[in-house]
Amino acid sequence: MKCDICGTREATVHLTEVINGEVTKLHICEECANEKSDEMQSHFGLHDLLSGLVDFGPGLSGESPLTAIEVKCPFCGMTYYDFQQAGRLGCGKCYEAFEKNLGELLRKIHGSDRHVGKIPFKGKETARAQKDLKRLRGELNDLILAEEFEKAAVLRDRIKDIEEQI
Amino acid sequence: MKLEDLITKKSEWLKGTGPESNIVISTRVRVARNIKGHLYFNRADEKQREKTFKAIVTGMGKSKFLKNALFLKMKDVSDLDRLFLVERHLMSREHALEVAHKGLAVEENEMMSVMMNEEDHVRLQVVQSGFDIMNAWRIVDEVDTELGKYLKFDFSKKFGYLTSCPTNTGTGLRASVMLHLTALVMTGQIEKVFEAISKLGMTIRGFYGEGTESFGDFFQISNQVALGHSEMDILDNLERVIRKIIDREKKTREEMLKNRKVYVQDRIDRSKSTLESAKVITSNETVKLLSSIRLGSDLGLVKDISMGDVNEIMLHTQPAHLQKIAGERIGPHDRDVKRADFIREKLAKITHKA
Repeated sequence: MKCDICGTREATVHLTEVINGEVTKLHICEECANEKSDEMQSHFGLHDLLSGLVDFGPGLSGESPLTAIEVKCPFCGMTYYDFQQAGRLGCGKCYEAFEKNLGELLRKIHGSDRHVGKIPFKGKETARAQKDLKRLRGELNDLILAEEFEKAAVLRDRIKDIEEQI
Repeated sequence: MKLEDLITKKSEWLKGTGPESNIVISTRVRVARNIKGHLYFNRADEKQREKTFKAIVTGMGKSKFLKNALFLKMKDVSDLDRLFLVERHLMSREHALEVAHKGLAVEENEMMSVMMNEEDHVRLQVVQSGFDIMNAWRIVDEVDTELGKYLKFDFSKKFGYLTSCPTNTGTGLRASVMLHLTALVMTGQIEKVFEAISKLGMTIRGFYGEGTESFGDFFQISNQVALGHSEMDILDNLERVIRKIIDREKKTREEMLKNRKVYVQDRIDRSKSTLESAKVITSNETVKLLSSIRLGSDLGLVKDISMGDVNEIMLHTQPAHLQKIAGERIGPHDRDVKRADFIREKLAKITHKA
């Protein structure tokens, strides 16, 4: 049997490919098979390589690898080791539980671990709080200019509280 | 709207219109979102998945943008119909595998769809015909903001939108542009494109996205970085890079037409003859041959078949579409015969009309 790809050499490798649920049988020679396997390797997605990156995490963070991978998310019960195996997190709280290691991983993937994009809409209350903040910051400025530092300190703490709530 | 209505409708990306549509088939922008306090699908048990699904459906039901949308529960959709939805690029392959507590909402003209309980709780996507990243994003942004009023999306000040896979963390944004880079493949320049793309924090993949083969010279280019840059920066970068690739493809096509017209014409005419005469044809061969027709249509070497026609044949000859159009289940070998019949009839109709 001749190779399906080059049509000249004798076919020694027999492949079954499933594309779109369709089974295609390929009979190819060794040389073409090598080329084909290179092609397949280049189709590894980033997801596939992620587990490779994750392995570096604990070592770099300075803790012993064992304690780092034993860290458990209190909400969903996933450990960092589970995440290394699955490549997927279990819930939003995992981000807090694994913050240190995840930060390193995110920097490797994205070159950054700080979000600077869109912030979700939080309803009218947030809009009102932001308006309040603007007014209070103005008042704080006035107090500082008037050298009313004690009052300014109280106001500063209030502003901080509101900022944290938003 | 019913699922059956989709078959007679033209899919948004099928139109063959929109900016740069001679090279760009479609632009897709999606965001990944999760509901606060709910476990991610892979981690959740049956009960939790059901609860999450109900929460998503309730929230999405309030959206004015999805008022006339088709809401599908995956468990009520047959395996053939699921493949049909994948072929139309309305949902991912993964979403078709496991059916319990998964859903899909498809907006009336198929421009927008939402996967419910995929890897992330909500995956909202907008597809536009041609090269139109910013327009697709504007729509996604508007609908996402609206949905955020009814669904409490999990968000951290530091990391942004939280997602199941850390590759999506931050903006949860992925924009993909499907290009037909046939001249770059023919002249061996595509390797350089692959090299450059990977250095720029972007990826290039086959027809169906992640992990799929690229056949017929169709490629998907998308951003890889989702964190540390604003949505506009990410999309702007992608747009600039793709613009360069489009320009190179265009120039190469012009050069080919100038210097090697007879060879290009030969390839196109042979492809057309095969499509017009074949009695048995696989979907892979179909896409490869249509790739040449597409090039011919752009260069004016094929006068009677439009981009829209090529797109339509390409979609309708895929396994699930072929069976839906025939109204019956057909095995792989009979499909190849049916496909050849369909193409011959379609081309006869088109070229006769022209």
